[in-house]
Amino acid sequence: MTTTQEILNGNRLALAKLLTKIENNAPEGQSALIELFAHTGKAHLIGVTGAPGTGKSSLVNQLALHYRKTENKKIAILAVDPSSPFTGGAVLGDRVRMRDLSGDANVYIRSMATRGSLGGLAQSTANMTQAFDAAGFDIIIIETVGAGQSEVDIAKLAHTTLVVEAPGLGDDIQAIKAGILEIADILVVNKADRPGVENTEKALKAMLELAHPTERIFRHHGSTMRTVAPAQKASASLTWIPPIKRTVSTEGTGIAELVESIAKHAEHLRISGDWAVRDRTRLQVELEALIQSSLMNRFREDVSEKKYNEVLEKISQRNLSPYEAVKLLMNGRLK
Amino acid sequence: MADKKIRVLVAKPGLDGHDRGAKVVARALRDAGMEVIYTGLRQTPEMIAEAALQEDVDVVGLSVLSGAHMALAPRIMELLRANGQTDVKVFIGGIIPDEDLSRLKEMGVAGVYGPGASTEDIIRDIKESFAG
Ligand code: B12
Ligand SMILES: Nc1nc2c(ncn2[C@@H]2O[C@H](COP(=O)(O)OP(=O)(O)OP(=O)(O)O)[C@@H](O)[C@H]2O)c(=O)[nH]1
Ligand SMILES: [Mg+2]
Repeated sequence: MTTTQEILNGNRLALAKLLTKIENNAPEGQSALIELFAHTGKAHLIGVTGAPGTGKSSLVNQLALHYRKTENKKIAILAVDPSSPFTGGAVLGDRVRMRDLSGDANVYIRSMATRGSLGGLAQSTANMTQAFDAAGFDIIIIETVGAGQSEVDIAKLAHTTLVVEAPGLGDDIQAIKAGILEIADILVVNKADRPGVENTEKALKAMLELAHPTERIFRHHGSTMRTVAPAQKASASLTWIPPIKRTVSTEGTGIAELVESIAKHAEHLRISGDWAVRDRTRLQVELEALIQSSLMNRFREDVSEKKYNEVLEKISQRNLSPYEAVKLLMNGRLK
Repeated sequence: MADKKIRVLVAKPGLDGHDRGAKVVARALRDAGMEVIYTGLRQTPEMIAEAALQEDVDVVGLSVLSGAHMALAPRIMELLRANGQTDVKVFIGGIIPDEDLSRLKEMGVAGVYGPGASTEDIIRDIKESFAG
């Protein structure tokens, strides 16, 4: 049986091995994804991000438990933790909080390291979600690294992004950085059993009022990509204002209400047409990254190492500017 | 361009709460460039085998200081094989009496380490088990 058939049949060992090949950027991973691509596009991708220690993993555990209890859906979890910039190694500890999920054949948890990526995800995270999608997982939850403000790649990948906050993370306003707030479809105030919930919630509300309603615009390679068509934006009823939900992830309090908000958001995406727009945005990001790397490869094939180094030397000697150098290397094809 | 890393599951099977050694080893392996998945305490053999499968690890490292290793290790190895993970290497650390060493090795355990074991030796042995 081919890998593709095994994946489509739900073979977990085959899936485990494919995920590794994708993560390692191995050619077999690419060829499997080519075959599996037609089977993707069905899953609901839910991103969970927020500062370190706010309870993301505990929340993911509760979300998955709830989905398993109330809906017979297959759940995949991709948990991303940082690689050490010095050794390239990593300790991936998110599973520790997800022990309630073990023994359920309809839940699959996979940990991964960022391997040098800076946006809160690893380079191969998106492709790994495609493998889960093709394998028939209905809901794919992606936990980002403990994020500060610039780790916002998740918003380009997920349909629904949860930003998790917790009381007592120091100054309330400071803790909630604008960049990460802007990507929230739903704000979660976790650790609601702790003192200071009201303050955190108040601060979030104030920031939301400043920030919304705004159009979601993603910057990518310097160009902006609109994810909401202006015509649709005209109707106020189609504007999504991120709700704020309180949870206690150690106990499961507030999870049912949060799941309800997630369902409402998915419905909003479908009615407004945003679901398709986000799908397209994600695929555009993937396409552009592939174009870039393939152009780079073609460039390396066209231009010899020797010529490249000669030009670099001239630049270092201030005999040639980088702009002229590009013109020279691209045979005058610089635009 | 392939970018392979050694992935290791470090697990604490059974009711044993001594987790210092497991954490020391996890950190040392990370510093040696490996990706270490830490499961936390009180894992059943079934939970460990399931995690090893989902994570597609190359190595399963067990830390047992409770004396229950002769019950836990064979069960875990059996489950790994039943799941088709026949290439996975198993390393064990903790309080393991000398008389159990040969039986563990016979079962296919790749390395056994006791109190005071040097993490450099552990790293070297894991790396060597993948050479050739
Ligand atoms: C510290 C300690 C504790 C601490 C543990 C703190 C913690 N969170 O870890 C506390 C005080 C809580 C504790 C409690 C108990 N302890 Co105690 N404890 C110890 C002690 C003194 C040191 C263990 C330690 O942390 N060593 C430091 C670490 C770094 O070393 P290590 O774990 O051995 O790890 C090294 C190697 O074994 C190996 N390794 C370990 N794991 C792994 C994994 C892999 C993959 C690899 C490759 C290598 C590897 O590499 C490490 C680096 O060198 C030992 C005695 C001893 N000398 O070992 C007793 C000892 C382990 N404890 C013992 C006992 C009996 C208990 C209690 C039952 C006591 C009681 N009656 O209440 C409780 C049980 C607790 C529980 N829930 O399980 C006995 C176990 C006897 C046995 N197995 O037959 C010991 C041996 C003491 C003795 N001589 O009687 N203990
Ligand atoms: N009091 C309280 N503690 C919580 C709650 N949720 C999580 N915690 C605790 O907070 C700590 C961190 O939880 P995690 O789920 O690991 O947090 P995380 O955001 O995934 O952490 P990183 O992945 O390291 O960024 C753990 O000790 C949890 O038990 C909660 O609702 N209330
Ligand atoms: Mg976590």
